[in-house]
This record gives sequence, C-alpha cells and structure tokens, in this order.
Amino acid sequence: MPLSLTVVTAERTVLQRDDVLRLIVPAADGQITILPSHTALMSSLGFGELTVVCPGETIGMAVLGGFLQVANDRVTVLADAAERADEINEERADAARDRAQRRLAGQYAGAEALNVLRARLAAERALVRLRVRRRYHGTGVPSLRERA
Amino acid sequence: MAGAGAVRAIRDRIRSVESTSKVTKAMELVAASKMRRAQDRALSSRPYADQMRSVLAQLAGYAASADPDTLHPLLRQRPVRHFAFIHITADRGLAGGLNANMNRAGAVLALEHQPRVERVSVVTVGRKGRDFFRRAGFPSLAEFTELGDYPGMDKILPIARIVMDDYMRGEIDQVYLGYQRFVNTAVQRPTLRQVLPVTAPEGAAAGSVDFLFEPSPERLLETLLPRYVEMQILEAVLDAAASEQSARMVAMRAATDAAQEMVADLTLTYNKARQELITNELLDIVGGVAALDS
Repeated sequence: MPLSLTVVTAERTVLQRDDVLRLIVPAADGQITILPSHTALMSSLGFGELTVVCPGETIGMAVLGGFLQVANDRVTVLADAAERADEINEERADAARDRAQRRLAGQYAGAEALNVLRARLAAERALVRLRVRRRYHGTGVPSLRERA
Repeated sequence: MAGAGAVRAIRDRIRSVESTSKVTKAMELVAASKMRRAQDRALSSRPYADQMRSVLAQLAGYAASADPDTLHPLLRQRPVRHFAFIHITADRGLAGGLNANMNRAGAVLALEHQPRVERVSVVTVGRKGRDFFRRAGFPSLAEFTELGDYPGMDKILPIARIVMDDYMRGEIDQVYLGYQRFVNTAVQRPTLRQVLPVTAPEGAAAGSVDFLFEPSPERLLETLLPRYVEMQILEAVLDAAASEQSARMVAMRAATDAAQEMVADLTLTYNKARQELITNELLDIVGGVAALDS
C-alpha cells in the first residue's frame, strides 16, 4: 500500500500525494528513508532535500526546517519553508548564496555572532535550493564542499 | 429669484451625492477583490494549523506526564502578575463597526484583568487599535502597523518574538490574543484566546499511537512550541485581514445603496421644484400679457 504525503507550510499546501512508494526526508540528524508500514514517528527536520518517489515520477523539494509525522502510512511534513524543484528561482537562490558568502567572507568584519549565524543559515538555505533545482532542472549539482 | 436658486442647490447636491456614491462603489469593488484573496490566504494556512494542532496534541500528552519542573517554560502555568494581550485591528477605517467593536472588546478584556493583576499592557497590531489605546493612555509593550493586506509569516515573527521573549524572561505571565474572527462575509466576531502559556489543543486521539520521537519529545516541543505560537498569531492576523475587507465591502455597499436612494429622492424633489418654477414663470408671463391686454 502506498504512502500518502502532505507537505504544508504556514502559507500553503505545497504537495499532496496518495501514491508515494518511498520518501527520503532531511531529518535533523541525517536523512531517513520512509517506506510503507513505517513505524509511527515524529521528528524535527533540518535543511535539505526531500525526495518523493511515486510510480513513474520522482519529485524533488527543498525543505528548510520543520517537522515530520508518520502514522499509519500517512506522512505529514510541517515545513518552515518548502518549495518544489520546479518552483525554485535559480537566479534568486544564486544571488542569495553569493550575498551570504560575501558576508561570511568578512566584509562585515567584527560582525555580531548573531549576524554571522544568520548569514550562515542564509547560505545554507540558498545552497539547498540550488542543489534541488539543479538536480531536477539542468545540470551540475553544487557540491557539499561549497557549503559555508 | 429664490426659486431658481433652490433648484440649482438641489442640482448641486445631487451631483455631490452621485460622486460620493462613485467613490464608495469603487471602494466596494476593491474591498471585494481583496476580500477574496484574503480569504484564500486564510484558508490556505488552515491545513498547516490543523496538522500542527494534531502534532502538538500528541506531544503534549507526553509532556503532561512529565515532571512539572522539566515542563517546557512556554507550557508552564504561573501566577499572573503582568497580563498582556495582542490586539489586532485594521490600519484603516471605513469598515463599519469592525474596529470600534474590536477596541471595545479589548478595553473590556483590559478592565476585567486590571483589578486582578499588578499590570496590564497591550501589544497593538494595526493603527486603529494603537490610536485607541494611545488615547486612553494605556501602557503598550509594542506597536505594529502596516502589515499589508496579505500579511505573511515574515510580518508575524517580530510580534511572536516580543511576547515570547518577555514571557520567557518572566516579564509577562500570561498573553491573550484578540482579533476579529472571520465567520462569513456579513459576520465578524471579536475573539479572545490565550496564547501563553500554551494550552495544548484537545487531543486528537492523543497517545493512541506509540510514537518514536526523534530526537526526544522534550526537544521536539522546544522547536514546536514557538512555531505554534507564531502560527496562532498568523492565523489571527489572516482572519483579521479577511474580516477587514469583508466589513469594508459591506459598509461601502450600504453607503452606495444609501447614496443612490438619496439621489432618487433628490431627483424627485428637483423635478418638482423645476416644474413649479416653470409654472410660476408661465403664470407671470400670462399675468403680464393679461395686464397689458386690459
């Protein structure tokens, strides 16, 4: 029996499928794969790629923090932000990464720790978006080494 | 001649009422289209809110069984010395009794709590509520305005931050949220509810499933609770936005109808006066001719 999956953010329902065969989620402590008949689980999510395998189709998404609930083959992702690969604006993510990396490169020397953290998170988010976008649309997945 | 002057005065009045009705008609149409979008926004945030409630209900079951000392601070009840409430109104008026009703509900809430606690203060969202509590000289923790017609989470975070920070520091002990709940286009209802300490939603079969928690229920609550507070404020703000546009649309429709009725009445009066004037002029001419003849 396939899984049913709902990905929601505070602003909208991003994805809703009832024919999911397999799903890889970016849990806080690493990726986990969820197959039908998975045990009931609640987990927090990190930044990363969500891979949804359906018959004849694989959907990629960027998920940026949130929660995961699995119970009785129903999977709910409560994401802080989530975008399907086809929705991600590559130029914007590119610009966001450059901006964050410039900041981290010390243009703001003596910046507060909070600002450094903020820039690092922004870079991370942008990289996740770029990775997902390029994996499903176009070529060249940015390597993890590029990470800030 | 006095008659001609009166006729002109009525004609000018008709013109002025007509142009007013054009303005109110335009405002009605704008509000109607904004209302649809605001309602869509309010509706599309609902699945997240529902899911989060069910997750929290599950988790809270575990939290309740835990030692009260290790309970997450946002869940912990304590004696209330400083009561605060988030008061959501529109930035603009011309929305019937919407803002006045909300302000009245907020004032009643404040007055009810004042005798029971040491301090009551308000966090206003929207210009109408801010002005109201300023005029009353009421202590305010923070003021937020210009959230826009379709506020998103980015506008909510600073509001949530302030009340949660003050709550965690022990500066405020209880926080309520007041907003105009959108019932339907004709009905908006001032609604008050507690946001802090967090009261776990009634369990959708809490504890019926044996969950595996990753990393641990306590850690999950730690990340979930702030988001739950944010979500409640977002829900309220989105509802208030839909209420504002609905109330304005209804108020402007009533104004347009009233103006059109007035134009009809005035036109009748105008025609009567005009006919009277002509009749009088004819009588004068006829009278003059008769005088010449004799």
